[in-house]
Amino acid sequence: MYEPKIIGFLCNWCSYRGADTAGMARMKYPPNVKIIRVPCSGRISPELVLRTFREGADGVMVLGCHIGDCHYSTGNHRTAKRMPVLKRLLEYSGIDSDRLAINWVSAAEGEKFATVIKEFTEQISAMPPFAETMKMEETK
Amino acid sequence: MSEKIGVYVCHCGSNIAGVVNVAEVSAWAGKELAKNGVVIARDYKFMCSSLGQELIEKDIKEHNLTRVVVAACSPHLHEPTFRNACARAGVNPYLFEMTNIREQDSWVTTDKLEATKKAKALIGAAVGRVVYQQPLSSLFVPIDPQVLIVGGGVTGIQAALEIADSGRKVFLVEREPTIGGHMAQFDKTFPTLDCSACILTPKMFDAGNHKNITLLTWSEVEKVEGYIGNFTVTIRKRARFITEDLCTGCGVCWEKCPKKVIDPVFEAGLGYRKAVYTPFPQAVPNYPVIDHENCTFFQKGTCKVCQKFCPTGAIDFEQQDEIITIKVGNIILATGWDLFDTRKVPNYGYGRLANVYTSLEFERLSNASGPTGGNIVLRDGKTVPKSVAIVHCVGSRDQNYHPYCSAICCMQSLKFAHLVEEKTGADVYNCYIDIRTPGKGYEEFYQRLLGEGTHFIRGKVAEITDAARNASEEGKLIVQVEDTLIGKQRRIPVDMVILSAAMEARHDAKEVAQKFGISCSHDDWFIERHPKLDPVATMTDGVFVAGACQGPKDIPASVAQGAAAAARVLSIIGQGEIEIEAATAIVDDVTCVGCTQCVSSCPYQAIEFQAERGKAYVIEALCKGCGTCVGTCLPKSITLKHFTDEQIVAEMIGAMTVMKSFEVVAPVPVEVA
Amino acid sequence: MKKYAYFPGCSLEKMALSYHVSTMETTSRLGVELQELEDWNCCGATAYFHIDELLAYTLSARNLALAEKENLDLVAPCAACYKNSYFTNEYLKEDPDLAEHINFALEEDNLKFSGNISVHHLIEIFVNDIGFEEIKSKVTNPLEGLKVAAYYGCQILRPKKEHLTVEEPVFFEELMKSIGATPIDFAERLRCCSAALIITNRHAALSMVRNILHNAISSGADIIATACPMCQVNLECYQKQVNQEFGTDYSIPVLYFTQLVGLALGISPKQLRIGSELVSTTPALSFAKRGSPNP
Repeated sequence: MYEPKIIGFLCNWCSYRGADTAGMARMKYPPNVKIIRVPCSGRISPELVLRTFREGADGVMVLGCHIGDCHYSTGNHRTAKRMPVLKRLLEYSGIDSDRLAINWVSAAEGEKFATVIKEFTEQISAMPPFAETMKMEETK
Repeated sequence: MSEKIGVYVCHCGSNIAGVVNVAEVSAWAGKELAKNGVVIARDYKFMCSSLGQELIEKDIKEHNLTRVVVAACSPHLHEPTFRNACARAGVNPYLFEMTNIREQDSWVTTDKLEATKKAKALIGAAVGRVVYQQPLSSLFVPIDPQVLIVGGGVTGIQAALEIADSGRKVFLVEREPTIGGHMAQFDKTFPTLDCSACILTPKMFDAGNHKNITLLTWSEVEKVEGYIGNFTVTIRKRARFITEDLCTGCGVCWEKCPKKVIDPVFEAGLGYRKAVYTPFPQAVPNYPVIDHENCTFFQKGTCKVCQKFCPTGAIDFEQQDEIITIKVGNIILATGWDLFDTRKVPNYGYGRLANVYTSLEFERLSNASGPTGGNIVLRDGKTVPKSVAIVHCVGSRDQNYHPYCSAICCMQSLKFAHLVEEKTGADVYNCYIDIRTPGKGYEEFYQRLLGEGTHFIRGKVAEITDAARNASEEGKLIVQVEDTLIGKQRRIPVDMVILSAAMEARHDAKEVAQKFGISCSHDDWFIERHPKLDPVATMTDGVFVAGACQGPKDIPASVAQGAAAAARVLSIIGQGEIEIEAATAIVDDVTCVGCTQCVSSCPYQAIEFQAERGKAYVIEALCKGCGTCVGTCLPKSITLKHFTDEQIVAEMIGAMTVMKSFEVVAPVPVEVA
Repeated sequence: MKKYAYFPGCSLEKMALSYHVSTMETTSRLGVELQELEDWNCCGATAYFHIDELLAYTLSARNLALAEKENLDLVAPCAACYKNSYFTNEYLKEDPDLAEHINFALEEDNLKFSGNISVHHLIEIFVNDIGFEEIKSKVTNPLEGLKVAAYYGCQILRPKKEHLTVEEPVFFEELMKSIGATPIDFAERLRCCSAALIITNRHAALSMVRNILHNAISSGADIIATACPMCQVNLECYQKQVNQEFGTDYSIPVLYFTQLVGLALGISPKQLRIGSELVSTTPALSFAKRGSPNP
């Protein structure tokens, strides 16, 4: 059985706290996502996401505050602009852009957090392991 | 490996240990992560207890630990606790890393094996990261002891007096010609029914005459620059056309002024004032203002009656707006609220049906110093209403307008009911959704009203109309409401309707928030730093909010917040200098190409482009450490301290390595040729 | 000349013939051509949508497809036809699956719904396309002194559009002003006329009619103007029954807005089919005789 390896970059103020909220409500979700706390989703440069894929992650999540709620006022505006471009770049590089998830989860949205994690884990599980797809690319 | 890392796994009673095999995790860390520098790994019942902290401190000293990782609850809970423990034992607090195996592992994972694996991966990540962490020290900036308070309502006045009494200088900026705010308009205050003006005007007087308070009325803040301790504020003092030094406030000018205009602000459109006016006799300061829009001289070029009669020659038609720049260390925003525009609920007929009043209009109507001398009469100015309906929750608790509860309207409506009954003997109908009376003496007031014979109808009013259907309704306003307690539709004919309109954020709250670098909720209320534990601070250091600009609240709550904000400011001033965020961004001059992408990405204008050097420069005191610039910088010249690429990548690799180690290596099928 | 596909609906064929005739008379003089939709069918009225939604949408979509074939926007003078056509158009545009389903049926008739036309009520054509200024300029016989209760009813307001605010519309009053009449302050102007309730609950329906009539008369109206055949029938034809039921003595004429516009444009009452009402318009319109006959 293949267990996907997923790295989640979560902003400290909304999404990380949303994950805490899910915990406090004892909501259950799959353990595949390993969370890395960053101050703001705007901190995540495309290189960090690419680097994570290079290390063999099957999926990467970037979660931030809802637009308008950013702790840093407009930091997530950059995320909202940057990540869709990165998705196109992924497609161009032969990486399924669905392997990168961008979503907004507030500190109060524990339930949404659990749902987002569950759905993304299921979505990634349905794909072949990332390393394998890369091998296939190479042999093409 | 020169680093010596200590790993501590918390049981949190059974919160973590009940799901994660903590003993196995710590044993694993001690063995498997030794190559990463882990020299000691322990698990303990409660790491956050004093014994747990002492354990870390002891290990640091005995084993010469250079870095510490604690796997426990959320860092939002106990990161400061462990940072302090490290600091006490001589390890820089930024060489400590915390990973969350409770909220994000044991509480959300059902399978114990999986939870244990996840804990290992998270600890692997933290150990990977901590190696690259750098000792940081905080920056200290001196605090300018002067304070700016924006908004001269009761909240602003309270804050100003608290600070001024402690001997600090305060600038109190108010947009209107006088301080006093909404409270000066009110008749009585609930639940004690003491006269609003009687309790407010002494405070206004004190604020106006305090040696440490500089009143800037008829003024607005134009620009705010700088950061905590060092704000530079530009204020536009609008032309009053009155020389303040000469004016004695005798009032001859407005007595003689021939131009009478409706006063939409203080009298809520019910009364008149002159083109040169003070909003009310007890105004502070008591210099009048000439209303440029309505002054005959300004509009037609002749008149100057006020100038002719002014005994001190204080009228100056040539006066210009004045731009004042002040330096302050802290700012308190107490900009208050606006009344919901009841015209937005057309089925309540405000604006079309003459005898439908807003709550603020009623305050003026009932006020002894108001346009009717406190007589509650209809718009014709003489008829005393025989029946009055009070509609609760107009614009609040309504998905079409504001979903929030406006907090004050129930008590205000009960107060109105009492005043109407007392002054006119009219039948009063309170149409409410729920009666909410949380406050000292509030429920008692409600009980008193129930005893006074006020009718309470539980139901949201559907419509107010003048379309009579029978003789008893002719000439009346008919309130169509479902009485949900008896399950019947009712049509109540009344003479007067009072709409208890919601408090809403100031129409320009968003612009003000932007000016001061704070944020608004989606209802445009200013957002506090923490809704429970830090209600008057904001995410911008040195900028505080108090009173109704942060959310609907009554007078006691506003005054309490005003005083609270003052206390916060005084404690900062008392420190003399302030520590600011250590995790700031820094530009590497060698690689910076001066593209200025970071400058525009910064939400705080903390990065400036130094044209002479052709480099970007981060003003450390302004930087909040979000890292948006780092994500933007193409040549990777900006580093966010404590969240460097190196650290994040090491954390990611740490997690990935552990996860990969769990993968069962499938036997490679041998291909037979 | 702006051209529309005209969907008269069943009422205008017989019961509301005066609405149809006056519509044709006025629009032609105001520079609008209404080309009747060939082979149109029932809009589904009130009942069908509650019995079988899919079939009702198909029925209504057929009219839209017919108009699309002509490449003309659809205009309906009847409020119910308008509402049904409008909603069908919007829902089908939002729901491509439903549209596909319905197109499968329409194919039998060599028709196709693609959602590329818009649906208007007749009064919108007067208010938006022709405009008050244009109407004002063509008025030869301003209805000065005529106090009109401009009655919107409910269905023309239901499709929320920018100019048709549901709660506080003013366009009908403005239209009446543009022909020189005086719209009165009329609180019940948006109240339901009781529609088909008269069949199932006579007393309730009559009391609804009574409330509207009472408010119009007590607010000083000489006449009620409507934009819907159903409203016209309910408000006019049941006045006698209302009087019997409630002991009142209401008598107020109810005309279509097109008839009033027609009078102001100088069209003779006869050409507008005024004179066949149950409640005489003579007292209210006595001055209209001064108007010139057809220029």
